[in-house]
Amino acid sequence: MAGELSSSLGAMVYDPAPESRATARLRESYGLFIDGEFTDPDRHSSFPTLNPANEEVLAHVAQASAADVDRAVASARRAHATVWSKMSGAERSKYLFRIARLIQERARELAVVETLDNGKAIRESRDVDIPLAAAHFFYYAGWADKLDFAGFGPRPKSLGVAGQIIPWNFPLLMAAWKLAPALATGNTCVLKPAETTPLSALVLAEILQQAELPPGVVNIVTGDGSAGAALVEHGDVDKIAFTGSTDVGRMIQQSVASSHKHLTLELGGKGANIVFEDAPVDEMIEGIIDGIFFNQGHVCCAGSRLLVQESIADDVMRRLIRRVEQLRVGDPLDKNTDVGAINSAAQLARITELTQFGEMEGATRYTSSCALPEKGYWFAPTVFADVSQSHRIAREEIFGPVLSVLTFRTPEEAIAKANNTNYGLACGVWSEKGSRTLWVAERLRAGVIWANTYNRFDPTSPFGGVRESGFGREGGRHGLEAYLDV
Amino acid sequence: MDAAGAEARAAKLATRSLKKSTKLVALDLAVSMVDLTTLEGADTPGRVTSLCTKAKWPDAGDDTVPSVAAVCVYPDLVAHAREILRGSSVKVASVATAFPSGRASLNVKLLDVRDAVAAGAHEIDMVIDRGAFLSGQFGRVFDEIVAVKAVCGDAHLKVILETGELITYDNVRRASWIAMLGGADFIKTSTGKVGVNATLPNALVMLEAVRDFAELSGELVGVKVAGGIRTSKDALRYLVVVNETVGEKWLTPDLFRFGASSLLNDLLMQRRKQRTGAYARPDDFSGD
Amino acid sequence: MSDRLDVRKTYKLLVGGAFPRSESGRSYEVASAAGEFFANVAQGSRKDVRDAVVAARAAQSKWWSQSAYNRGQVIYRLAEMAESRRDELLEHVRRSEGLAPKAAAASVTRAIDRIVWYAGWTDKIAQIAGSSNPVAGPFFNFSVPVPSGVVAVICDQLSSLEGFVEGVLAPICVGNAVVALASESRPTPAILLGEMTATADFPGGVLNVVTGYIGELAPVLAAHEDVDGIDLTGVDEGFGDELAASAAGSIKRVLRPREGDTTLRRLRAFLETSTVWHTVGQ
Repeated sequence: MAGELSSSLGAMVYDPAPESRATARLRESYGLFIDGEFTDPDRHSSFPTLNPANEEVLAHVAQASAADVDRAVASARRAHATVWSKMSGAERSKYLFRIARLIQERARELAVVETLDNGKAIRESRDVDIPLAAAHFFYYAGWADKLDFAGFGPRPKSLGVAGQIIPWNFPLLMAAWKLAPALATGNTCVLKPAETTPLSALVLAEILQQAELPPGVVNIVTGDGSAGAALVEHGDVDKIAFTGSTDVGRMIQQSVASSHKHLTLELGGKGANIVFEDAPVDEMIEGIIDGIFFNQGHVCCAGSRLLVQESIADDVMRRLIRRVEQLRVGDPLDKNTDVGAINSAAQLARITELTQFGEMEGATRYTSSCALPEKGYWFAPTVFADVSQSHRIAREEIFGPVLSVLTFRTPEEAIAKANNTNYGLACGVWSEKGSRTLWVAERLRAGVIWANTYNRFDPTSPFGGVRESGFGREGGRHGLEAYLDV
Repeated sequence: MDAAGAEARAAKLATRSLKKSTKLVALDLAVSMVDLTTLEGADTPGRVTSLCTKAKWPDAGDDTVPSVAAVCVYPDLVAHAREILRGSSVKVASVATAFPSGRASLNVKLLDVRDAVAAGAHEIDMVIDRGAFLSGQFGRVFDEIVAVKAVCGDAHLKVILETGELITYDNVRRASWIAMLGGADFIKTSTGKVGVNATLPNALVMLEAVRDFAELSGELVGVKVAGGIRTSKDALRYLVVVNETVGEKWLTPDLFRFGASSLLNDLLMQRRKQRTGAYARPDDFSGD
Repeated sequence: MSDRLDVRKTYKLLVGGAFPRSESGRSYEVASAAGEFFANVAQGSRKDVRDAVVAARAAQSKWWSQSAYNRGQVIYRLAEMAESRRDELLEHVRRSEGLAPKAAAASVTRAIDRIVWYAGWTDKIAQIAGSSNPVAGPFFNFSVPVPSGVVAVICDQLSSLEGFVEGVLAPICVGNAVVALASESRPTPAILLGEMTATADFPGGVLNVVTGYIGELAPVLAAHEDVDGIDLTGVDEGFGDELAASAAGSIKRVLRPREGDTTLRRLRAFLETSTVWHTVGQ
């Protein structure tokens, strides 16, 4: 019976419902956004950015050299000294509101650009990334003239020039998380988008022009890791904010140790999603799915370790696998796609390698039978059962659509297993017993704990990790601290 | 049940986009699942006649349109409806058990059902005793369903939970299980007579219960959503929820129904638009 | 001249609530500000530091699981102990720092009052640093400050008591456990205060005081992977840079001293923000 049911699930075929690619209005090439203008890079070098869903070139993007980064920092310094730090909070606020509105106005275009460049499903870029990016600017816009009330003492000062390095998993949203609080608090910025996903930040640059943001307040330098390194090492940068891997974060922390640069880091994670036997079943299954397959699992706070109470483990596995089988994998521009493309060949290789270890180490692999497109970078949603804590797939961040399932017997054991990691970004707890949920939440070493939900984000809610998942918070009142001299 | 989670899931499914042939198939399917309903004090044989005619041939100018699943009337009009529908595939459903409140003795309710069955009803839409349910007398609710089922004979039993009065998803799920264990062939959201009728999350919860029940018992119980479903867009959203919760097996009038009246014309308008490319107007179709 | 030979004190380490001599068996000579022999002080070793970290790790969860009210009482009790032994503290501060009696007394007074100040912070910080967050959706969302865990404090080298109080109590009052490297040349006031914690109901291991050579011991703490944060107040800038780079190995929270440090900055330095979302629905 169960078999028959699962094979019939979701069998009504949905015709393709693609969002129009033309909405993206991409240019053939983009320069560096410095001092309010798109400019040619110092060495006139550029690199192609690909659509990971079909490996087609979307546009050519400038590769910033150390000299370009220096120009950008100089522009930001000038803008800070002459314009932005002198402007009243109320005026800064209005610029941010403008930017928020412009993002809303160009929301569909941005969603398509994001999906093309990143490979994520349009449903997510349309319903999550872009609306949240706008919301972030809206939220911090309102703080710009209320900093005296933020709890950091009267007239808190900006830091100066902020160098901001963002990852490829939520390109525009991460740009918003970085820029909005920095600008609200009176800093100027040099933003370095990820090498594989520069386009939405460049559309944002156009938006900043439309908003008539004073030149130099935000500069956007594209390029590979060398551009990021030049920014980190630059002598006239007051603050580095980095989101990315723990290994790179470690190098950055080392690099700025002998400077006076302020630093905040949002790094990796290996989030535990803890399911108790009294969890609301169907919602919990959805939460597990959201926890690991949202954004192809390219999420630092992904619930990549499922900890299930042993008493319900078989039932949860059965329901989970049935649900995984239902996920629609394919053309990211199709509005009905649930899981899109892996962002790059390199990332696909890493996911593939780690899952091979999973099999070698004896975990039981289940992979969705979905058909994968021939071109592009794809990985079918995968669940590993019978995983133990010593397996690599239970310890290392895979950053892909791969879930490791472990079991526990008591709440205490669940916590011990959840905390048995050097990371500490996010965890989930599923139970209808409020007292136990709070007891567990108190004991989890994580910056974010989702109870009966997962992977929720909001500009008012502080986000960030403990231990090797980094330090500093983005979002909420707490997010201001990262950009104030307090 | 976690309300926020259930509502989020329903909302997510509501963003599915049905295009082209999928949409055409879905619209026809929806037409064939309609229980064309009139449940007014002012119902007359004449009104029922026009409804039955519409049920047989929803679009007078287009014989590719399927018939609806059933007409749904009060017990005293069952015989008349049967007469008009003679020879067609359209079933006659009758509300019973002191519909819509259910506030009568079991004897009266059973008599109500027997009357409707004797008059030829193919399907009986009973209401559960919400008072008993909300005061914790689940056994009483269950016993009543069993008793009604016993007098239905060959008629199919649809059990109306009246989700708008049960309020919480936990209640909806529990009532679904009581109804299915009591012998329901269908579980149905609403009478259409209270403030809140069918909602997507309630349908989701009921479909999840139906799915779990089928896995345990092997029996497929149908789901009927009723009240407040007026547009094709609404109807297609329900079909998506059916498709992605219980699967295609339920995508048949035998296992999924819409209790509605004005929905039918909107389905017909959308159907014509899909075929001709031009938007239709309401007066293209009969107002019945 | 007294005709009685005085009983001299052995200055030992404080590790996990016990007062061991250094496991190395070594001690070093501390002189007063005037240059006279003052005391032989335990010369802590790498292993002593390691033991202190283990003790701090074990104590931290106990300390944090006590109510904030309770932690406040324990810290206030320390102020009581210090007050009752203020003459002794005064003498040590005076000789260590070479202060006039009046200035030493004022320093001890400030130090004790500072302990009282931190005692009162334990049950306030969550209300200052926490929040409930009005997210768009059916969720109750709140942020609470939680301690980083085990914090190494390289204490102020000059301010033997006040600096020590400031360095260790800020992280302790918000729930951390501390491994403190006392001032290398002026360690005895810190040792005395450490002794007082034993009679102030501090759970063993919440405050560990290690004396010895900063140049030898601070790098051990900076590199120790089970240390969550490090306060580099007591080292010069160049050495601080080295230690900060080493601390990056396990992404430690690092507090560098600077002008105009505020209490709130110290309190925040080793606090994390934990944000909990819970669905809301009937």
